[in-house]
Amino acid sequence: MLRAALPLLGLPLAGAGATEEPTQEPGSPGEPPPGLALFRWQWHEVEAPYLVALWILVASLAKIVFHLSRKVTSLVPESCLLILLGLALGGIVLAVAKKAEYQLEPGTFFLFLLPPIVLDSGYFMPSRLFFDNLGAILTYAVVGTLWNAFTTGAALWGLQQAGLVAPRVQAGLLDFLLFGSLISAVDPVAVLAVFEEVHVNETLFIIVFGESLLNDAVTVVLYKVCNSFVEMGSANVRATDYLKGVASLFVVSLGGAAVGLVFAFLLALTTRFTKRVRIIEPLLVFLLAYAAYLTAEMASLSAILAVTMCGLGCKKYVEANISHKSRTAVKYTMKTLASCAETVIFMLLGISAVDSSKWAWDSGLVLGTLFFILFFRALGVVLQTWVLNQFRLVPLDKIDQVVMSYGGLRGAVAFALVILLDRTKVPAKDYFVATTIVVVFFTVIVQGLTIKPLVKWLKVKRSEHHKPTLNQELHEHTFDHILAAVEDVVGHHGYHYWRDRWEQFDKKYLSQLLMRRSAYRIRDQIWDVYYRLNIRDAISFVDQGGHVLSSTGLTLPSMPSRNSVAETSVTNLLRESGSGACLDLQVIDTVRSGRDREDAAMHHLLCGGLYKPRRRYKASCSRHFISEDAQERQDKEVFQQNMKRRLESFKSTKHNICFTKSKPRPRKAGRKKKDGVANTEATNGKPPRDLGFHDTAAVILTVESEEEEDSDSSETEKEDDEGIIFVARATSEVLQEGKISGSLEVCPSPRIIPPSPTCAEKELPWKSGQGDLAVYVSSETTKIVPVDMQTGWNQSISSLESLASPPCTQAPTMTRLPPRPRAREEPQAPLKLPLSSDPHSCFAFPPSLAKAGRSRSESSADIPRQQELQPLMGHEDHTHLSPGTANSHWCIHFNKGGRL
Amino acid sequence: YSHFLEVMKGHSLEEDQVNFRGFMRTLAHFRPIEDNEKSKDVNGPEPLNSRSNKLHFAFRLYDLDKDDKISRDELLQVLRMMVGVNISDEQLGSIADRTIQEADQDGDSAISFTEFVKVLEKVDVEQKMSIRFLH
Repeated sequence: MLRAALPLLGLPLAGAGATEEPTQEPGSPGEPPPGLALFRWQWHEVEAPYLVALWILVASLAKIVFHLSRKVTSLVPESCLLILLGLALGGIVLAVAKKAEYQLEPGTFFLFLLPPIVLDSGYFMPSRLFFDNLGAILTYAVVGTLWNAFTTGAALWGLQQAGLVAPRVQAGLLDFLLFGSLISAVDPVAVLAVFEEVHVNETLFIIVFGESLLNDAVTVVLYKVCNSFVEMGSANVRATDYLKGVASLFVVSLGGAAVGLVFAFLLALTTRFTKRVRIIEPLLVFLLAYAAYLTAEMASLSAILAVTMCGLGCKKYVEANISHKSRTAVKYTMKTLASCAETVIFMLLGISAVDSSKWAWDSGLVLGTLFFILFFRALGVVLQTWVLNQFRLVPLDKIDQVVMSYGGLRGAVAFALVILLDRTKVPAKDYFVATTIVVVFFTVIVQGLTIKPLVKWLKVKRSEHHKPTLNQELHEHTFDHILAAVEDVVGHHGYHYWRDRWEQFDKKYLSQLLMRRSAYRIRDQIWDVYYRLNIRDAISFVDQGGHVLSSTGLTLPSMPSRNSVAETSVTNLLRESGSGACLDLQVIDTVRSGRDREDAAMHHLLCGGLYKPRRRYKASCSRHFISEDAQERQDKEVFQQNMKRRLESFKSTKHNICFTKSKPRPRKAGRKKKDGVANTEATNGKPPRDLGFHDTAAVILTVESEEEEDSDSSETEKEDDEGIIFVARATSEVLQEGKISGSLEVCPSPRIIPPSPTCAEKELPWKSGQGDLAVYVSSETTKIVPVDMQTGWNQSISSLESLASPPCTQAPTMTRLPPRPRAREEPQAPLKLPLSSDPHSCFAFPPSLAKAGRSRSESSADIPRQQELQPLMGHEDHTHLSPGTANSHWCIHFNKGGRL
Repeated sequence: YSHFLEVMKGHSLEEDQVNFRGFMRTLAHFRPIEDNEKSKDVNGPEPLNSRSNKLHFAFRLYDLDKDDKISRDELLQVLRMMVGVNISDEQLGSIADRTIQEADQDGDSAISFTEFVKVLEKVDVEQKMSIRFLH
């Protein structure tokens, strides 16, 4: 351990020393090898990557240390701390190596450190907000940067003319303009680092941040133009050169954006076809974005703009195309890379500042620059905002302007650019370097430190995070449409009109071209929000704990007054979670005998808690695919099972609410059933039924099919081996059947996990004996869709009908369906439901549908209604009987009835 | 958005005829609220571009049968107009159900105007229901 740790600790120093005394290294070629060396020290071979890794490691460790203390990080921005750390490290390196090492190299910075940050910010840019404020952002980015550059440059030149800058700073107007151009640009890295911690309101953030991203094009152009002018010498610059300079502004910015968009298009198109190689999806995102950056850089276009546009443009399609896991991977990798790069940049910035050989101090220049950039930034912001406010819907008020002026941080881009200057052409380079370092440090440290208190003090509107609700999303969409419509009516084709047009175009052509068909089909913002909300609810239900499950979930059915209890507790729960989820589930509550309840409780407990060792791990050796292995499936099952139980505790509220609203059906109906009745029914071969199936039957397609144990012994045998078994099958058939016979919408659950034992609680298997239970559950618990009762009714019936005829026993079971006389049913209804026989009327079934169902099943049942009632009961919960009555047959509603 | 055009025309004026006055009245809803308007004449008649009037305008777009309630069917209809054909009816239905459940406070399976206002209280309606050219 020690041996391993030692070189690690000593490495920064060793690295510093290594270059000076290479011959003393044990493994160096200068030393004659004394035979076979047991231990070779090959520092040089690994030096470069090792150092890179080490620096990143140091930076990350530093980050961890900073965040150990919450107090420090809440007061001081991380970027400040990192710069200070860099200063300290640089001092150490300088002291040890006697010369500055590990500085921020412009090449490294532009090729490796900057792209991740820009990609991250472009990809996760809130596009709607960005385009809503595009006008302001562009103004600040283009006009503001130009203004800053020229005024600062000119003012510094004026300062020099006034004799306030020492004469040893040899610079003309062009030099100062060059300096102005590089020092004037607001830096995306610094702005992001500081503003992310400040949490100002979104509009303000997007304006400052968008400006810092987009002004890159202007900075690059100005810098290049000025640089070439300086190199040419001011005497040789002709008028056409100025024109070219202006033209190159457009070329660079538009070209950069175009490159970005082209790559965004390619990226989106590529991810459309990665269905079978999911594993490379994240890689594609990074590769193509990086390619965009390099291409733009190669063509000397604005690379930052290219990556920003690439990220901004591709996100929608890429997110729709790639898998959920890839999305997470992209997100995390991007954030990690960006954070890494940012950390390293600030640290190296600190280290670079230590090197005194590179810079020369001139107080007049430094102070003058500091003053001018602050002053002209503020002045520029005020002037531009005044103009913009004439056109803006929501004017930027004074406080916003103060924050915007103050948030104009300079950063590593300026530093890298100033390092890139050619000393022979720009004699005052050293002074510029010193000034830039001071400016960067001042803005990042002083302004970064004070902007938080300032924002607090000025009471700038902070961004508030509230969870999106479906209503908001929906209504905001409506507003958009209304505005677009109004603009159209008036004939004023403004922003809303064109946005609407773009959306139409996107929907019609672009999305269709760039999105996978499956993704395109369900692509809609409102649906997305709905989906996300449901998932969130589901997760929060599960998170809220198993204790509710274990306590209320199990005891609920046994409580006589459970109705009210459940309702209050559930509504409370609902309010807590703040979500009106439509997580209904058909649920039946029966008051059963004590023993039954116990059994049921125990069974459910076992079902939930125990996982059958059904499947072994299949060792996955493929490097190219991540197979959805057993573990995963089991997790899914755990989730579903938990969900299911949570949902059960919800059901009553939901149902009751809907119920009081629409239907006059007495709610107690189902629960008043007596055990004895159930028993007699069962002995009659008729399944006990519970009419707690309220009107908003959820469309979780929970269907349970019974097979005849005698006709299907082989199967049951097989199942017996494995213990508690739940099998699902023939789901598509179910769906189809449901569609045909019900001619109503079947639940939108196209995906159904085939072997899904999650609804295992349906029955007590040891009681039903060999009856094998097939449960179908929509894999998407989130898509629980309430439909009105009859839809659910139809559906369950039709699906049951199909299920009651498993492949092997298709015809027999069907034909054995009960030709039950209606009279049988009648006397039982009052018995079962002492309060009212009304509920039956609720289940009244459209004759046409009933007929359809009957013809489908080809049964000779003359009373379709009877037949239809049974399956419903069949797939309901808690229809357990007391032991001994219909031991193994009780759940075979359909077929049983047939046999009678 | 063609649906909105019709609905708007429909309810902006009670008569069949679209006259200029009614048209202007409708458009007045979209005038941005200015700072000086917020403070002055609290007692006076509420201007057409006030927050609640903007909201009411939107509300009436949903409320097709004018019973001051957005029912599930009405919501579905509007939803159908907005989302494309890609979303199935069941999905739409579930969206509508959830939307109503979210907003519904008195348990009548419909969204009344007060409930409508409540769910949108965090939304910057003044901004989102304003058009610049009507300044």
